[in-house]
Amino acid sequence: MGLDLSPLWISLKTASTATVITIFIGITLARWMVFGGGRGKELIDTLVIMPMVLPPTVVGFILLLIFGKNGAIGQVLAKVGASVVFSWTATVITATIVAIPLMYRTARGAFEQIEVNAIDAARVLGASDWYIFWRIIIPVSLPGIIAGIILSFARALGEFGATIMLAGNIPGKTQTIPLAIFLAVESGETNTAFIWAGIVLLISLSAILAMNYWTKIQYKFLQVRSN
Amino acid sequence: MDLVVDIRKDYKDFNLKIEFQASKETMGILGASGSGKSMTLRSIAGIVSPDQGRIVLNGRTLFDSEKGINLPVQERRVGLLFQNYALFPNLTVKENIAFGIRKLPSRERLCRLGEKMASMQIGHLQDKYPYQLSGGEQQRTALARTLVTEPECILLDEPFSALDNHIRAQLEKELLDVFASFKGVTLFVTHNLEECYRVSKNILVMDEGKALSCGCRDEIFLNPPNVKTARLTGCKNISAIGRINADTVKAEEWSCNLEVDEQKIADSTHLGIREHHLTLVDDGKLPNTFPCRLSRVVETPFSVTCFLKMEGRGGMNQDYELQMEVSKEDFAVVRGRPFPWYVQIKPEHIFFMKE
Repeated sequence: MGLDLSPLWISLKTASTATVITIFIGITLARWMVFGGGRGKELIDTLVIMPMVLPPTVVGFILLLIFGKNGAIGQVLAKVGASVVFSWTATVITATIVAIPLMYRTARGAFEQIEVNAIDAARVLGASDWYIFWRIIIPVSLPGIIAGIILSFARALGEFGATIMLAGNIPGKTQTIPLAIFLAVESGETNTAFIWAGIVLLISLSAILAMNYWTKIQYKFLQVRSN
Repeated sequence: MDLVVDIRKDYKDFNLKIEFQASKETMGILGASGSGKSMTLRSIAGIVSPDQGRIVLNGRTLFDSEKGINLPVQERRVGLLFQNYALFPNLTVKENIAFGIRKLPSRERLCRLGEKMASMQIGHLQDKYPYQLSGGEQQRTALARTLVTEPECILLDEPFSALDNHIRAQLEKELLDVFASFKGVTLFVTHNLEECYRVSKNILVMDEGKALSCGCRDEIFLNPPNVKTARLTGCKNISAIGRINADTVKAEEWSCNLEVDEQKIADSTHLGIREHHLTLVDDGKLPNTFPCRLSRVVETPFSVTCFLKMEGRGGMNQDYELQMEVSKEDFAVVRGRPFPWYVQIKPEHIFFMKE
């Protein structure tokens, strides 16, 4: 049987791209929230967490309002002759928006575990904030960050509601695995749905196994510290 | 070698306003928790910025609110040792120590690193992680990490408060050896008065963000200038005084007249006597001797604190006026004696101070 594999590639490409963007945005936000100064922290925190608690269709609807041809960003894009609605970019945008809260929360949790004195000690020893970030903060919170990355990837991969609102369901272009499953079930192709569900199951299972593996081999120094 | 500090910082419910100078001799900062000791150290290190004032280390201005100088933490050349040592958990002993000197040319870096690890006797631990070290080894690593940067001033924030007593004594000794060879200014923050006395030559006593007194440790302990300092240095017997004549004062809280050395009174408002300076005597006719009853005893391993009620005097509402400390052996001798016991407040042990 001729199963069109394009949903798999689109899904993997979308989830990977979204995860990479999520890592940067999520960690930057978490870093600012825990170690940075300035105002408006609560507001940003709430905004970032929102997609986690809102129904995905609501997220998709809001994104449609923003990126649509009358939306703030949509109008700007229209001026340069671009549009994201119903494009592959839209799948990345929605996947990123729903994955960021997971990355942000886990990274923030990991950063908050770091002893403030150690960071002050590093500064007194002459280290710049960037150096401290790469040399101390990231390595010490690596297990948490890896967990965040895996969760974000899984979430991006499974995104359905917001994607169908903003990106539509265009085979070969914006049709990811969850959309393909929906379409297959709707049109009575149970076998196809089974195959896709199996693939998703496999990917998700690997993600959970990978995450458990990482939590178990958390750095020795972190295990001992908790004693 | 000197450090001049004159800073103030206002918070909603706490104001820090402190002024002192420290030189090569170790200065102990003594105070209860919340008195602003750590805040003072953090201001000097640059982790916290004061609102006003200045901090000058060996002629170098670290902070001056009027001139708008506020040197970044990284450029202050100050070493700060934390209570729990704050070693970097993901780095080995060697990497921890090298952290502050990574910008030096590799040759000098390795030279200093080897030297410091040898002098701290942690060379054999260089590839271990902090969690694999004992408390003493952690302290030595933290000290080495600080000293290797050759700071002009070392600030220690209650370095022993988290340790068991027997380890504490040993680490304290090691630390004193390090201080002896360190050429810069050392500030040592603690709330333990005995530790403070042992480690420092000069003592600054802090309370509620202000300096109560500052001076040579013996001066502070023998002649505290005010009541709060006397209390913080462990004096239990303090009374307000009223002048009767040239060499007699009335101790208000104890409702008794005391003969004293008139040279020492000056314009003092209070007097005090330390608990181990009260003496039991047989003869009730000696000067400043009062009949007392024992109302309570508190035992420590080698001494006994007796809470004494002065007969026919003293405040009505308390069950004791004086606290006297005697050794266990001495207490065993007197414990069976009938009351009253005669307690003498010797004039030479009385000190005077202001409110």
